[in-house]
Amino acid sequence: MLFLNTILTKKEENIIIKEAAMIRIRKIFAGILAVSGLVAGSLFAARLMLINGAGATFPYPLYSKWFYEYTHVDPTVNFNYQAIGSGGGIRQLMEGTVDFGASDVALTDAQIKEAKQEIFHIPMVAGAVAIVYNLPGVTGTLRLTPETLSDIYLGKIRRWNDPKLAGLNPQLSGVSENIIVCYRSDGSGTTSIFTSYLTNVSAEWKKRVGSGTSVNWPAGLGGKGNPGVAGLVKQNKGGIGYVELAYAVQNKLAFAALKNKSGNFVEPSLESTSKALAGIMENMPSDFRVSVVNAPGKDSYPIAGITWILVYKNLPDRAKGEKLVQFLKWAVTDGQKYAAALDYAPLPPAFAKRVLEKISQIRY
Amino acid sequence: MKKEKILNAVFKGSAIFASVVVFAMWLLFFFEFIKHSLPSIRKFGFSFLANTVWDPVSENFGALPFIFGTVFSSFLALLISLPLSLGIAIFLNELAPLWMRKPVSFLVELLAAIPSVIYGMWGIFVLSPILRNHVQPFLSNHLGFLPLFGGPYYGIGMMSAVLILSIMIIPTISSVCREIFKAVPDVYRETGLSIGATKWEMIRISVLQTSRVGIFAAAGLGLGRALGETMAVTMVIGNRPEISFSLFAPGYTMASVIANEFTEATTDVYLSALTEIGFVLFLMTFFFSFISRMIVKKYTVSIHT
Repeated sequence: MLFLNTILTKKEENIIIKEAAMIRIRKIFAGILAVSGLVAGSLFAARLMLINGAGATFPYPLYSKWFYEYTHVDPTVNFNYQAIGSGGGIRQLMEGTVDFGASDVALTDAQIKEAKQEIFHIPMVAGAVAIVYNLPGVTGTLRLTPETLSDIYLGKIRRWNDPKLAGLNPQLSGVSENIIVCYRSDGSGTTSIFTSYLTNVSAEWKKRVGSGTSVNWPAGLGGKGNPGVAGLVKQNKGGIGYVELAYAVQNKLAFAALKNKSGNFVEPSLESTSKALAGIMENMPSDFRVSVVNAPGKDSYPIAGITWILVYKNLPDRAKGEKLVQFLKWAVTDGQKYAAALDYAPLPPAFAKRVLEKISQIRY
Repeated sequence: MKKEKILNAVFKGSAIFASVVVFAMWLLFFFEFIKHSLPSIRKFGFSFLANTVWDPVSENFGALPFIFGTVFSSFLALLISLPLSLGIAIFLNELAPLWMRKPVSFLVELLAAIPSVIYGMWGIFVLSPILRNHVQPFLSNHLGFLPLFGGPYYGIGMMSAVLILSIMIIPTISSVCREIFKAVPDVYRETGLSIGATKWEMIRISVLQTSRVGIFAAAGLGLGRALGETMAVTMVIGNRPEISFSLFAPGYTMASVIANEFTEATTDVYLSALTEIGFVLFLMTFFFSFISRMIVKKYTVSIHT
């Protein structure tokens, strides 16, 4: 019957039929298990809420840590964040494809007018932009003033042993290398912070170049991303560039001390960034759209910036809105303790309190 | 019989559908590009193609540096890789011992399988330091008076980009050339040898000359690949929108500027200027392929005439 070529006894035939039936039963059972597993999984996933965000790459390591730690605080909500850049985050938020955006650069007045409703800027952490350089023989930290830094980036100072630089740093007079200026070729919040500092301190820069996530650099080479600039500086003797402090620390690049508004030479660090934040608190506008560059304070580092999470004041979805607001409150309070380990400057407590008040104004 | 008729109809229908889809996609690209570039076209007109400034802050955009960078790097890469690819194809087809052909051709094809980003990283970590420390100082000291080797050198720049691009298009050109050389009938080779040609003369007359059109088509393919190459180029070209005839200088290509600035382009004019650059690249690639096909068609002589 089954095996045409073999002659089987009745007994053997029965055994084969029984085994075929057993195999069929096992397959059906496995199928039921798989389907019920899928159904249970999707039911569970349906209970798990997904909140979508997109934006800046600078805070991405910290946000990833926060989303992970927050699952211990509230296991029913999951966050999905795409680090597509500050500009991308702003655009996606305005088009309504994400629940929150993240940006290192505040919305311009034109963008605020274009947005259909009011958008809140919620400060999360702050970062410093370090000026890194590659001068192997030179000992001690380089000292730069706003004038010399802008002249270097304008292409007016071309050599390291230029008297304007050697005056502050005598160890440079023996250096023969040319200055190789490096900048970000991709649009970035780091560029935005750095160029707004240069715009603030140099009238010529303000006229010729201006500030933004991408600008028309008068001189130098472009590298892609913070790692690109760090790589360019590392590889070229005499290179100078600007990177987020975390990259300078992790790549063990030498960074310069900058002269701040009070006249002191300050190195970039978490403390000097927090001091810069504290310095601007008095003149903080209520919408937190403030620039932290050239902040007052004797220990403030002059090139610092806040990174914001952008949300609509009136959130459309009640359940999601509630969870998002709870997360934001956690981030500016308990979440701040994870910042320092990842080289981000936490918000000063007084600042965090004002941010909490702002978060409480979000409606859902 | 009816079942076969239905199957045939289904097969014919899906083949027609596939071709229509490809053509429709091309049309869709074309119209979407035009639609999204309109703000920039309205603002700048044709002067966009001649303007050398790229300033996102004052919203003054011009595509000339990028067009120059793309064309300069791709044609130079083609110039370098064409002799090398021909050499590889001739060696593998005519000169190499039989046991060597498969492994070596496999290695050459493997070059094509390496991702573009890896080429870029190799360029940053291996090629640029070699250029900066050994090759470029030598060229600058001895040939620095030529505009081609003038100015300061950084390792990173047009020279790195051209070298990496030429390595990337060698497998394309050489494998197409190999197929073409294989298609030359042995009769031609035997004829050449029989009238007393040396091995090299035989290759030159019987193989290379008869395959001229095919080699040109292979070069067109390689050029198409080089024009569109993004990641490897953007990592080593220096990303500076300046026109310079020196190989040491940094440059910028159309694909690189789109890859670098598209996600962060915030204003409408900025975004549409980048889209317009994409449109120019799209048209340029299409134009070069079209010219290449026309020339091939014109000069193809059928073996049977």
